[in-house]
Amino acid sequence: MIIKKQCIAMVLAGGQGSRLYALTQGIAKPAVPFGGKYRIIDFPLSNCVNSGIDTVGVLTQYQPLELNEYIGNGRPWDLDRARGGVFVLPPYQKSSGSDWYTGTANAIYQNMRFINRYDPDYVLILSGDHIYKMNYAKMLDFHKKKGADCTIAVLEVSREEASRFGIMNTLEDGRIFEFEEKPAEPKSLLASMGIYIFSTEVMRKYLEEDNASPASSNDFGKDIIPKMLSMDASLYAYSFSGYWKDVGTIGSLWEANMDLLDPSLPLDLRTSDWRIYARNDGRPPQYIGPDAHVQNSIITEGAEVYGTVDFSVLFPDTVVGKDATVRDSIIMPGAVVEDGAVVEYAIIAENSVIGAGAKVGDRPEDTPDKDNWGITVVGNNVNIGAGATVPAKMIVDQDVQGVSVV
Amino acid sequence: MNRVLGIIFSNMHEQNISEVTVHRCMGSIPVGGRYRLIDFPLSNMANSGIEQVGVVTKQNYQSLMDHLGSGRPWDLSRKNGGLVILPPFGNEESGIYRGRVEALVGIMGYIKHSGAQDVLMADCDTLANMDLKPMVAAHREHGANITMMYKRMDIPASLSGKDQSVLGIGEDGFVTDMLINPELTGEQNVYLNVMIANRDFLEQVVASSYSRSKFNFEKDVLQAGIEKNRILSFEFEGYISRFNSMRSYFSANMQLLDLATRRSLFPPSRPVYTKVRDEAPVRFGLESKVFNSLMADGCLIEGEVENSVLFRGVTVSKGAKVKNSILMQGTFVGASSSLECVITDKDVTIRDERMIMGFETYPVYIAKGSTV
Repeated sequence: MIIKKQCIAMVLAGGQGSRLYALTQGIAKPAVPFGGKYRIIDFPLSNCVNSGIDTVGVLTQYQPLELNEYIGNGRPWDLDRARGGVFVLPPYQKSSGSDWYTGTANAIYQNMRFINRYDPDYVLILSGDHIYKMNYAKMLDFHKKKGADCTIAVLEVSREEASRFGIMNTLEDGRIFEFEEKPAEPKSLLASMGIYIFSTEVMRKYLEEDNASPASSNDFGKDIIPKMLSMDASLYAYSFSGYWKDVGTIGSLWEANMDLLDPSLPLDLRTSDWRIYARNDGRPPQYIGPDAHVQNSIITEGAEVYGTVDFSVLFPDTVVGKDATVRDSIIMPGAVVEDGAVVEYAIIAENSVIGAGAKVGDRPEDTPDKDNWGITVVGNNVNIGAGATVPAKMIVDQDVQGVSVV
Repeated sequence: MNRVLGIIFSNMHEQNISEVTVHRCMGSIPVGGRYRLIDFPLSNMANSGIEQVGVVTKQNYQSLMDHLGSGRPWDLSRKNGGLVILPPFGNEESGIYRGRVEALVGIMGYIKHSGAQDVLMADCDTLANMDLKPMVAAHREHGANITMMYKRMDIPASLSGKDQSVLGIGEDGFVTDMLINPELTGEQNVYLNVMIANRDFLEQVVASSYSRSKFNFEKDVLQAGIEKNRILSFEFEGYISRFNSMRSYFSANMQLLDLATRRSLFPPSRPVYTKVRDEAPVRFGLESKVFNSLMADGCLIEGEVENSVLFRGVTVSKGAKVKNSILMQGTFVGASSSLECVITDKDVTIRDERMIMGFETYPVYIAKGSTV
């Protein structure tokens, strides 16, 4: 039986996220915690359900266990549907052999059977590592109005940033005539956000051709879009204004979390009309102790604070001990900062322990070699011994011995 | 747990705490920042492996139904068994029930069809995290008809003669005496309104009591049957706080600020589940000062909060001071206002520069939706 859907979404969540180093050891990038109680994947999934898209495929091939468990039956996002819903789609063995996903386009190509089941007129392609709120229904309206083969969401960036993105050069009506990947001399400032809507039949044709071409790297940005432009297909740029951030690096992940502390940020997680949903476990309310100092921070249920927290984001089940200080940092679920420890400009990943009196990270102004300053990262399940010091920019994925105080 | 049916009475004892039960039943009284009273017995049952639970309602149960939904948060949304809300079942014989006996008559069909061996019944007047498995085991081991849970606890003078029962217990653990609302003070065996009954026995005593127009379960079944029935006692040794007055409502919430209380109420191995509301984490502003307080998600704190319990979505504006208070969901405290020993019900608005003060033994209560 065919269950016809007008538009379904495919989320590309396969990336290893190797630039997040210790944070993605054991978990896929979209499952990385973000913003106090969310995971990165909550943003595209919530955007989908809020935009009226109820069928979502999540394509993944790296460390799928935690992501799979997190998505489950899709209930937290209201995506446990009798017809449609959310599905995790890893590569699978076919009668003619099995393949890993060789690129973004190949991942979609290998799942054409999934797409066909819903017979959608349009397919929305999303990335699993962007933080933003967007109404895809508006973009779909635009796509239909233009009668486009493909619509690409674009964001206006500054001239300095433009050379880091894929840039769309457009005509006045938004039609794309040229695509430049990371141009040194950008002709426009419209950067691709990695969000595409394809008319299904057009996409099918190009994916099949791409698959048949051995020279192709099977990537939407590198192969499919340039090919479509060369064939004079109708591609349109859909302008998005609002907050959008790729959190593919340690620096950008830290920044995006810190952005949430800015009350004027155009990404309000507190509005009830476009909620970001997350899987929640039963945690008691957070407790702020009698001698605590908490300012300008985001803290969630299950956290306990007895020390000082300033300009920081604390996830569930975190503990900040007495006389401990957490500044400009991110403390992920279950991590503990013991009494008297100092954490500055750092990301402490899940279930790690910063021993009493230890010092992790450093302020840029206190670092002797300023050019070499960076965010310090303590990976998942790592113990930093009491009194130990972890300098700026260091990435720790193994236990650090404590220093015995004589 | 094998063949145990849970029954929760969501309306009993409402008269004791009438301010907060005007618009809601006992079970849906907000407590502890993000919970409703019913979350505790319901989570206790779910965590003890009970897979079918009926919730008996009488009146004001709209907010309760909204809260419980299909029972998903307690993992009780099941094909077989699971959570069932039992609205008042009116027919010629049993209208809106007058007591626990009539309530049970109205749901006897449900109880029979459950296939359970024993029926575990609990009211919504306590805050406790209980493992119910040992009680069921003791009940079955002793071949008891009914097992009543009690705790050795102090009855203060203010509660003497109020809505509670005290048990006399023999050396073999069986109940020898039961005093209903006695004028007693000091340490007593206080019945916790949690009992387990053999199903066949329950069917029989309820039918027999009902046919004699005796509707008070405590008096006509438990007390009257002490001699001839095997009524076992089971001591609960953990932390409990009871809701039998506005004062106790205030102190029960305040006790949650104590670490030991929270550890015993919220052990990681037996979480307390509640409806998920997807609020954003709490946001602390630039000049926020918070001491010794409990806060649920969705709050915005720009002022000062001390010794208080804040429910979901509370706003404390700049320059405002909240001390020794309980602010329920959606309370808005305007700039430079000051609250001390205040309980605000849901969606209360305190405008800028207001000052409200109660006393610990007599907190000021501000009704749902009011604007001050």
